[in-house]
Amino acid sequence: MSDYYHIVVCGGIAPDPLQTLEPVAGPALKNELMLPAVLDPWAAHALFEAAHLARSAPGSRVWLVSLSPKAKLQQVMMTIAQKAPFELVVVDGPSSGFTDSFDVAAAIAGAIENIAGLDRSRLLVFGGWESAARGAGTTMQMVGERLGIMDQFQGVDELKAEADGSLAILERIEGGRHQVSRCAGPPALLGWATGSLPEPPNQPQIGMANMRTIMPSLQRAKPAALPGDGIVFRKVALPRQQRDTRVVKDLPADAVAKEIVEWIRG
Amino acid sequence: MDSGVNMERLLLLLHADESGSLPKVALECIESARTLGGQLDAAWTVGLVGGQAGAAAAAIGSCGAARFLAVEGPDFDAPRYATDAAAAEALCLKADATLVLAPATSRWMRALPGVAQRLGGRVDTHVVGVSVQDGAIEIQRWYYRQRMEAVLTRAARPWIVLADPGASEAWGGAPQEVSVETVSVEVPESLRRTTVIGARAAESGAQTIRPDAALLFVAGAGWTKKQKDGQVRAQEASELILDIVRKAQASLGSSKSLVDLAGEGQAVLPFLTHLHQVGQTGSTPRHPKGLATCCHGEEPHVVGWRFINERRAVNLDPNCGWARGKADVLYVADAFEVVRKVNELLDA
Ligand SMILES: Cc1cc2nc3c(=O)[nH]c(=O)nc-3n(C[C@H](O)[C@H](O)[C@H](O)COP(=O)(O)OP(=O)(O)OC[C@H]3O[C@@H](n4cnc5c(N)ncnc54)[C@H](O)[C@@H]3O)c2cc1C
Repeated sequence: MSDYYHIVVCGGIAPDPLQTLEPVAGPALKNELMLPAVLDPWAAHALFEAAHLARSAPGSRVWLVSLSPKAKLQQVMMTIAQKAPFELVVVDGPSSGFTDSFDVAAAIAGAIENIAGLDRSRLLVFGGWESAARGAGTTMQMVGERLGIMDQFQGVDELKAEADGSLAILERIEGGRHQVSRCAGPPALLGWATGSLPEPPNQPQIGMANMRTIMPSLQRAKPAALPGDGIVFRKVALPRQQRDTRVVKDLPADAVAKEIVEWIRG
Repeated sequence: MDSGVNMERLLLLLHADESGSLPKVALECIESARTLGGQLDAAWTVGLVGGQAGAAAAAIGSCGAARFLAVEGPDFDAPRYATDAAAAEALCLKADATLVLAPATSRWMRALPGVAQRLGGRVDTHVVGVSVQDGAIEIQRWYYRQRMEAVLTRAARPWIVLADPGASEAWGGAPQEVSVETVSVEVPESLRRTTVIGARAAESGAQTIRPDAALLFVAGAGWTKKQKDGQVRAQEASELILDIVRKAQASLGSSKSLVDLAGEGQAVLPFLTHLHQVGQTGSTPRHPKGLATCCHGEEPHVVGWRFINERRAVNLDPNCGWARGKADVLYVADAFEVVRKVNELLDA
């Protein structure tokens, strides 16, 4: 029985979360191309889970499809490429949160359809359940629809390949709970939350192997068309978030506790 | 693809929860639909999906909708992408909707973006406000994980808008029998490849994530660090935290550092999971009050506090992030001592 998987991980890049962001007309981020970037965090979890699953199913392959500005993506690849084996597919385009998921999904699905040697009957499409940029959680479902995948899961924390070829899946739902599902098998689409794997350490030999596909793929990358039909941003602004913090020092624990309890009850 | 607001056909898409009743966020969406219907001066339709959607319709019969549509039956009981998308698509087509409003439940968040794709439409999620302004429907939502707020309009239709909890007051009208038009949807075997087995708590032991709690209690990595006596006091920390969460009926949140420690084999609090994590790569819960303890208040964490109105923190470091405009009050104090006292007072 064929139990390999062809796993395509969709992941863009996002500004390093420790950076201060400021919107400018466009809308866009001020100095967007200067900001240090990371692989979108939930997509990164998806990539680590993909590599883990591929290791356990001989004959599997992992692709990372990224719609990103290619110069910036190249920088991100310097670290990500050392963490998991994959073949990179690049679509050159903005990583901005202000693009429309409909357009992004079209570009990503097109890139997946063009992957040579992809076995669509064994296909698992992975991605983050939300990006750190648009944070909408809508792109993956649209990619799935375009590829005709009707078994879709979001907020995934666990995927287990069962002996009978089926997939046992845990998805986050309300109230700190998981929905437990069983899917007959690939093709399926999974938008990952955190999963259960820690970030793998850097492994330079994996990085070297990955670089063989990464560099040509970056060179080949075609620009994406993202028309953003009819969206008008009337306002993009930073929130008024600064509070007037009262810093209470030298108050005994008893008195602090009393104040807190009054506040909780108040 | 017209966008004249007078020609909008508004559909409110709802589903019942496991108990057969409508979740609170659905009632909030009803209120939004009523307001929007008024602003558009248009009759609007409710579309329901579920095992027994008709029963749910009676519960909201007096909500003001002109028409009630339902896709029901055992195939539509469990939240499953393939059948939910088919049902929602059928309802959108039946109502010939240009604007679809829906609550951002996990069920609709999974299914409706795909429905937008099928209909050649567009979708926005995590919407916190929707209204008619200057002759167009505009929505408010956050970008970059609650770091930037945007107001936008769209010309493309149909437009599916998923509203987050808290975007509106909840509608509280009386039940009323209504006539429900059933929309039938074929379910071929290809839509039944997935079986939903059920829901289960992600944590072992007591349930500590309570979305409706008045207080969010956040535990940071400081709870597992060496304390001034040179000791790590994880067991004591566990007890204090579980105690305050139980006594204050609070919801428990955590920083990333603390939940990540579990993966690194360090002293940890056994009941914490990634579902407790608040912040950039965690949740953005909604509670009126939040109390952070042993948590530094770094930006990637605090973006998850966007919708927490009153914020207080207990930290030994007077220069921690909370001191810099992120909390209303920072108590520079030992959280072990303070929380023990708080627990005693809550007992009294
Ligand atoms: C890609 C990315 C995504 C991220 N996403 C998130 C996210 O979603 N959520 C998140 O939380 N973080 C996130 N972070 C991490 C974030 O930057 C911080 O590292 C993290 O929030 C720090 O956690 P902490 O405050 O609990 O721990 P620490 O920084 O270790 O702080 C511990 C605090 O405990 C205090 N303390 C110790 N003992 C006591 C005591 N007895 N009484 C009172 N105070 C005490 C110390 O003074 C200190 O301030 C992210 C980082 C990256 C790079």
